[in-house]
Amino acid sequence: MPIYSKKIIQHFKRPKNVGKIKNPNGTGEAGNLLCGDLMKLYLKIGKNKKNEEFIKDIKFETLGCAVAVANTSLLTTLVKGKTIKEALEIKKEDLIEKLGKPLPPFKIHCSILAVDALKEAIYDYYKRSGKKIPPELEIEHQRITRIKNQAEGRYKEFRKLEEEVLK
Amino acid sequence: MKKNKRKIYFDYAATTPVDPRVVKVMLPYFSKKFGNTMSLHSFGQEVKEILEESREKVASLIGAKPNEIIFTSSATESNNLALKGIAFANKNRGNHIIISSIEHPCVMESAKWLESQGFEITRLKVDKYGLVNPEDVKKAIKKETILVSIMHANNEIGTIEPIEEIGKIIKSEIRNQNSKIYFHTDAAQTLGKIPVDVNKLGVDLLTGSSHKIYGPKGAACLYIREGTKITPLLHGGGHEMGLRSSTVNVPAIVGFAEALEIAKKEMKKENERLSKLREKLEKGILKKIKNAHLVGHPQKRLPNIANFWFEGVEGESVVIELDLLGIAVSTGSACSSEKLEASHVLLATGLKPHQAHSSLRLSLGRWTKEKDIDYVLKVLPKVIKRLRLISPTFK
Repeated sequence: MPIYSKKIIQHFKRPKNVGKIKNPNGTGEAGNLLCGDLMKLYLKIGKNKKNEEFIKDIKFETLGCAVAVANTSLLTTLVKGKTIKEALEIKKEDLIEKLGKPLPPFKIHCSILAVDALKEAIYDYYKRSGKKIPPELEIEHQRITRIKNQAEGRYKEFRKLEEEVLK
Repeated sequence: MKKNKRKIYFDYAATTPVDPRVVKVMLPYFSKKFGNTMSLHSFGQEVKEILEESREKVASLIGAKPNEIIFTSSATESNNLALKGIAFANKNRGNHIIISSIEHPCVMESAKWLESQGFEITRLKVDKYGLVNPEDVKKAIKKETILVSIMHANNEIGTIEPIEEIGKIIKSEIRNQNSKIYFHTDAAQTLGKIPVDVNKLGVDLLTGSSHKIYGPKGAACLYIREGTKITPLLHGGGHEMGLRSSTVNVPAIVGFAEALEIAKKEMKKENERLSKLREKLEKGILKKIKNAHLVGHPQKRLPNIANFWFEGVEGESVVIELDLLGIAVSTGSACSSEKLEASHVLLATGLKPHQAHSSLRLSLGRWTKEKDIDYVLKVLPKVIKRLRLISPTFK
């Protein structure tokens, strides 16, 4: 009996949309090396027939546990072809529900990271294209950056202590 | 999902199957000879006899006297009793305890709790192989020191600590200070695997475990040198010389003693066999997988543990994928796999958090065969390659 659901194992064993996009117009990152999970998303945003911006292509790279890989893979399949507006409505609960229960409580953060990486990629797209960033997305971006800086601060502190020991 | 028939166990450091020879000697003590060792009637006395025989057996196998062996339920309990029991019985003399920074969580957490009770804990650093420097023990000892607890070998990386040397240093410090400092070692990973003799090691207390050496779970021991001042954790009917009240788990203890006897008898031959298999495994992995690194001391290491870290992958994902392929391995220790923090042992050896997160422990044992090693060497490189393709940090 594997520890995770069939759906998680499927996405882990055969992840969809792995890799990079050559000239992405948005990239986003979430997670950090300290906790062991790092997710990177690449976006190609285009215009659909209704002249709405939509996710034409999406690819990911993830360093992390099986659940982290599965979450990122699932996320890419959910948002590919969706408009930016629709994509931003994806919540961690949607991923958790689709991955099938029970997801161990200490793995919930993998779903949070995947959604955060997407928000960061869309934020990056807005920034690059010089468009006005929606206030909710700005708040989210600040929150994700704050978490990242905290983790990096801890990591730097750790390195400093290490260097002192080696001296 | 395709059913995979192959099942290979490479996690003997987490726990072992009970040897059928051990099961055989245990069986009569479940339903036939089921008495309570404290009962005066013959039902009680026949199991009392086998309990004392088991005690004599375990004692003689580690160079101790029978009245110096206390049976407990687990190595965790033995370590808790050693640390808390010594701390509280000797607090009038001092409040300082020395441990290493790579102890098993049951020692780390007991020490942390004692800290909250007013004791002072020194956690000694280790070198890149996980070795404690005996000179550091000497430097850390002060007049308030009542206990030093250093594990015999580490459960994650297999490094064997210089217990004998540390024991000598503690003895000379006791002479200088004219005050007793107790020396405990957690030998859960070494008892039955490498020679363990309490007098040669120079310890006052020693923890041993049954389920790591093909005995049943639910049995362990604590060697306590005669004359040691220690207070019990469990109060009650006064079992185990008053140090561990609880109805005695006779079947498990009988099994433990038998398992230890078998392990000691077969130790030399088995270690030669395991060393050869492990060497093949390590050489194979380092050859077939680039950017793979060994952790632990190259020589001073248990013959059955191999620990690696692989650049650009996360350990848990490797464990899950290998499990799907029928191979059971572990990231660091089984206890820490539900925590998100990197292993404290690997961090103490100087690995950075992302490196420590990418570690994998393979531990070999009595039923590991050469063809199992071949299968791992065939499968693991592919697994690492695939996960690196998904990873953003390895190109």
